[in-house]
Amino acid sequence: MLPRRRFAEILLGTGFVATAVASLYPVLRYLIPPKATDLGTDSVVAGHAGELKPNSGKIFRFGSRPGLLIRTASGDYRAMSATCTHLSCTVQYRGDLHEVWCACHNGMYDLNGRNVSGPPPRPLELFDVQVRGDEIFVRRHREG
Amino acid sequence: MTLLQNVRQWLNERLEWDDLIEPLRKKSVPLHKLSYWYFLGGITLFLFVIQVLTGILLLLYYRPGANEAFESVQYIMTQVQFGWLIRSIHSWSANLMIFTAFAHMFSVLFLKAYRKPRELTWVSGVLLLFLVMGFGFSGYLLPWNTLAFFATKVGTDIAGQVPVIGKPLLIFLRGGEEVTGATLTRFFGFHVAVLPGLATLLILIHVLLIQRQGISVPAKLELEWKAHPAERREMKFFPNFMLRELMAWYMGLGVLGVLAAIFPWNLGVKADPFSSAPAGIKPEWYFLFMFQTLKLIPAKVGFIDGEVLGVLLFGAVGLLWLLLPFFESDDPSRPKPWISRFAVFALAYVAGMSVYGHLAK
Repeated sequence: MLPRRRFAEILLGTGFVATAVASLYPVLRYLIPPKATDLGTDSVVAGHAGELKPNSGKIFRFGSRPGLLIRTASGDYRAMSATCTHLSCTVQYRGDLHEVWCACHNGMYDLNGRNVSGPPPRPLELFDVQVRGDEIFVRRHREG
Repeated sequence: MTLLQNVRQWLNERLEWDDLIEPLRKKSVPLHKLSYWYFLGGITLFLFVIQVLTGILLLLYYRPGANEAFESVQYIMTQVQFGWLIRSIHSWSANLMIFTAFAHMFSVLFLKAYRKPRELTWVSGVLLLFLVMGFGFSGYLLPWNTLAFFATKVGTDIAGQVPVIGKPLLIFLRGGEEVTGATLTRFFGFHVAVLPGLATLLILIHVLLIQRQGISVPAKLELEWKAHPAERREMKFFPNFMLRELMAWYMGLGVLGVLAAIFPWNLGVKADPFSSAPAGIKPEWYFLFMFQTLKLIPAKVGFIDGEVLGVLLFGAVGLLWLLLPFFESDDPSRPKPWISRFAVFALAYVAGMSVYGHLAK
């Protein structure tokens, strides 16, 4: 049979553990911020025709993240995520190099978002670009 | 009876005050040609006190939040009387404190003061250094300027590379997926509440350990003094060393005042989360060696991403650094030679990479 003291110890110990868990759990959950409601941005107006000169680029807002819209020297539009795949700095278009450059750690991408030199381990996500009238629409690339 | 004696007697009758300060009177500081290195820890403590005082003053006007932080620091610097000076002292003192903490650490390392029985003093000191760097990192974001914004993006992303716990850690630090006003609020909380609490506790432990064990003597000298006790030279801590230390603090205050007044700290440009990282962006000097290393590691090393490898390497070296005394031999006449070589290499690496990072485009 369980001695009385041991029984009291188990009762008390279980109580303490339960109290600790009951106090810690809400605190730990509290530390994790609620998920931001991303309205599922799939398509945005990234700019207006004529806003960008050939061989230049601009940052636009794609949901909660920055995107990069480029007008190539030949006049085509390209759009891609502007978040560097290395350590998430915001990249920029370098007209002198005709490449996308990250100033933080000297990463380079080509106009298709492929990582060509420096530390970036992956390419930038490429977006689809459509020019409709005066507006340049950028949308997430859909496979197939 | 003078006023001072009266106060002392009053305290003695109630608290046995003289007994309380007795250990301070017994405490002595070894006297040798390297004794001046003993000042560095005290100067670091002094600068910490300056940080607390100027930090409290800045709190009177600073407002955390993406729409207010930059403007409130601007207000402190342009409208509040001497606001520019208080902020400048806070920034300069932060940088000097990190410098003196590093110098103190390396002096302890080279004088082998971390040896048994002072392992825990070393551990608490290294943890304090990590905390101080945490202070630097969290405080850097508070003015919400462009450089700080990207530094925080990169810094938190580095934390996000840690295997397994990286992602939750990143969300915890940023208060979401991205660096936003939520990050600023969190960093503010870390900077003014969490870190000061932890640092105060650790400083108390650090100082109590030193008080308990006395000040270390370099290994060679310790052996010499053991063989010839008559050669042992000491100075009373109170008041002799204390007064010298106070003079060092006074000089530190002078240097700080001059730097803060002649080279006031810049505010920079307000952060815009939807702009590119500016060319030539670099972290503060004390993170430069890590920054430059991450820049040099290629995208892929074997099957592992370069930045993950960098984070793992720095983590491993940091852990080794923290536990260094436990690898040292207990016999002062036979120190482990690899530890000295490692220390020299570490100093050369940190200094060399920092200079390289500073000069590199």
